[in-house]
Amino acid sequence: MPLIKDGAFVQDAFVTVADDAALPDGAAIVSLARFQKDREALLARNAPLGIQLKAPENPELLGEDVQRFSVIVLEFPVFRDGRAFSWARMLRERLKFTGEIRGTGHFLYDQIAYMKRVGFDAWNVAEGFRLEQFHRALTEITNVYQPSADGKKTIRELRATPRP
Amino acid sequence: MYRYDEFDAKFVKERVAQFRDQVERRLAGELTEDEFKPLRLMNGLYLQLHAYMLRIAVPYGTLNSRQMRMLAHIARKYDKGYGHFTTRTNMQFHWIKLVDVPDILEDLASVEMHCIQTSGNCIRNVTADHFAGATDEEIEDPRPLCEIIRQWSSLHPEFVFLARKFKIAVGATPHDRAALLWHDMPVEIVKNEAGEVGYRVYAGGGMGRTPYIALLMKDFVKREDILAYLEAVLRVYNQDSRRDNIHKQRIKILVNAIGQEEMQRRVEREFEEIKASGSLQLPQEELDRIRAYFAPPKFETLDDKMPVGSYDFENWKKTNVHKHRAPGYAIATISLKAIGQTPGDISHVQMDALADLMDQFGIDEIRVSHEQNLVLPHARKRDLPAIFARLQKLDLATPNSGLITDIIACPGLDYCDLANARSIPIAKDIAKRFENLDRQHDIGELKIKISGCINACGHHHAGHIGILGVDKKGVEYYQILLGGSGAEDASVGNIMGPGFSAHDIGPAVERVVDTYVKLRQSGERFLDTYRRVGMEPFKNMAYLEQMYAAH
Repeated sequence: MPLIKDGAFVQDAFVTVADDAALPDGAAIVSLARFQKDREALLARNAPLGIQLKAPENPELLGEDVQRFSVIVLEFPVFRDGRAFSWARMLRERLKFTGEIRGTGHFLYDQIAYMKRVGFDAWNVAEGFRLEQFHRALTEITNVYQPSADGKKTIRELRATPRP
Repeated sequence: MYRYDEFDAKFVKERVAQFRDQVERRLAGELTEDEFKPLRLMNGLYLQLHAYMLRIAVPYGTLNSRQMRMLAHIARKYDKGYGHFTTRTNMQFHWIKLVDVPDILEDLASVEMHCIQTSGNCIRNVTADHFAGATDEEIEDPRPLCEIIRQWSSLHPEFVFLARKFKIAVGATPHDRAALLWHDMPVEIVKNEAGEVGYRVYAGGGMGRTPYIALLMKDFVKREDILAYLEAVLRVYNQDSRRDNIHKQRIKILVNAIGQEEMQRRVEREFEEIKASGSLQLPQEELDRIRAYFAPPKFETLDDKMPVGSYDFENWKKTNVHKHRAPGYAIATISLKAIGQTPGDISHVQMDALADLMDQFGIDEIRVSHEQNLVLPHARKRDLPAIFARLQKLDLATPNSGLITDIIACPGLDYCDLANARSIPIAKDIAKRFENLDRQHDIGELKIKISGCINACGHHHAGHIGILGVDKKGVEYYQILLGGSGAEDASVGNIMGPGFSAHDIGPAVERVVDTYVKLRQSGERFLDTYRRVGMEPFKNMAYLEQMYAAH
């Protein structure tokens, strides 16, 4: 599935590994169940590690290990399930996670801007999705009313800023 | 009232353009109906039985005359000439074409209105006391906080795909006119022992299939912390709510599943963290800036004498005119419950005429109440006879505010594809039965609330007499509930028993009311008598005819 990161299509350096499949040599993304089962072995590997969390899986379940991951993938089982919006924000603001937060699964074009605001910085998009659409999604609404994980200046702050 | 600045105006304008694009993608087949649905819902657009329905936000129920004229214009140009005020103080149009919606939104934006978050699983239009800023009972006008909440909740990135809809109301008086405790998150403006004004926050109220009165979350939240606290409640809800059963996904289910204390604990943890980050703290300048918009009009020094007039005027005064904070002024309720009319409906002619009336009598805003009436918050007492005469000509002077014919009803099966039964004909039938004004006055305060399905848009759980339409093998039946209240003594109504047919429900309600008249003690309202004597005597009489029929 194509991956957008830093505003461009990039080659996915990670392989997402099924729970019953053998681990590759390089960078790998595993499920929470797999991680909990093979934690020692996975952390001992000499390659970047990622984890994919299902919508009900609270990132706090990772405990101190959260900083050991290069990528945390948050799943949208269906676009209506908005839990990942809170998980991403928690990762950035409470757990101070600075690695990649990747959205995957069923989210809509119209959710990309919200995802960016709460801390996502990578998106698994459908085949045929155009970069132009991605940039457009982020520019439809210029200003925001609430502080969020993107640190964007809010309308309240803009109001307080002297203008020429 | 609040006026958009350049940022608000740009925000709404861009939102219109965004929706125009979404509609084009839908019409071009790029979006499936399933994918388009949450997008249109967040712009207030439903697909109903006959057409699209558009729900326009009336934040905290406040409109100026320009906005009223725009609603009249939309009714005329894009609908069948009338609109419907809802229990969320919004306006609904029921005969809208999808292709017209972007243009309607643009028209609305030109008068600082929108449809943002009037539907969908997000934070909905914030409501308040319809006497706000005019009553002498309040600690302060709740609307500045409502506006602050409106802005904070507009396209909040974390909370636009919640498990279910989320409703907030703000109250500021001991006498609750906003059905506060029935909301997902009620906020009450209070004073602590030190005399500081702050907020008491509750969570977990709601109607629908499983009715609950909200439970206290925090007794006193400081002014500057309020958004941090509200965000904390929302975050706990978004993270911890069930997502596996649409009927169990409101915050009321979460709060009651984990318990009040555990909910408080989880919220407190988030609250401390958000507060510590400082990002949502409300600076005094911002509070002052917003509050300035809601400064009361400059009241003239007037004679406080109440004019005396015709028999009709005196009747209207009795129920529809209320005490104002300033001498020489009054609050006037404009009933949208003319006998035989659909509760909450208003024509474009009436809307235009009301806008003219506002301008002529120097009333710069009008309010929508959750009871589906309109309110003139600042009318000069000396103008009341003239205002009344104008309202009479417009069929807007029905003297029934708070009486038994002041019925709340949802649109029901006449419009809504969620409904199991019609509400409007039942409301009309009951109003007709009690049309005699002397009888209405004798009965006194009695709130009838009718919903056409379990979703409870007509607030049947909170009715002194609630009526719920159900479907029994393709036939409409109506259950009676007694003892509900949406006021400060909030309570959930109890179901009486098996439903009545559309034909029998009116007579059954009459027998229930007659039973009250027989049983009441001096000064008791219907609700008081019910609370004293319980369901049994009412039930016996309500089913009496059916028992005769069976024997």
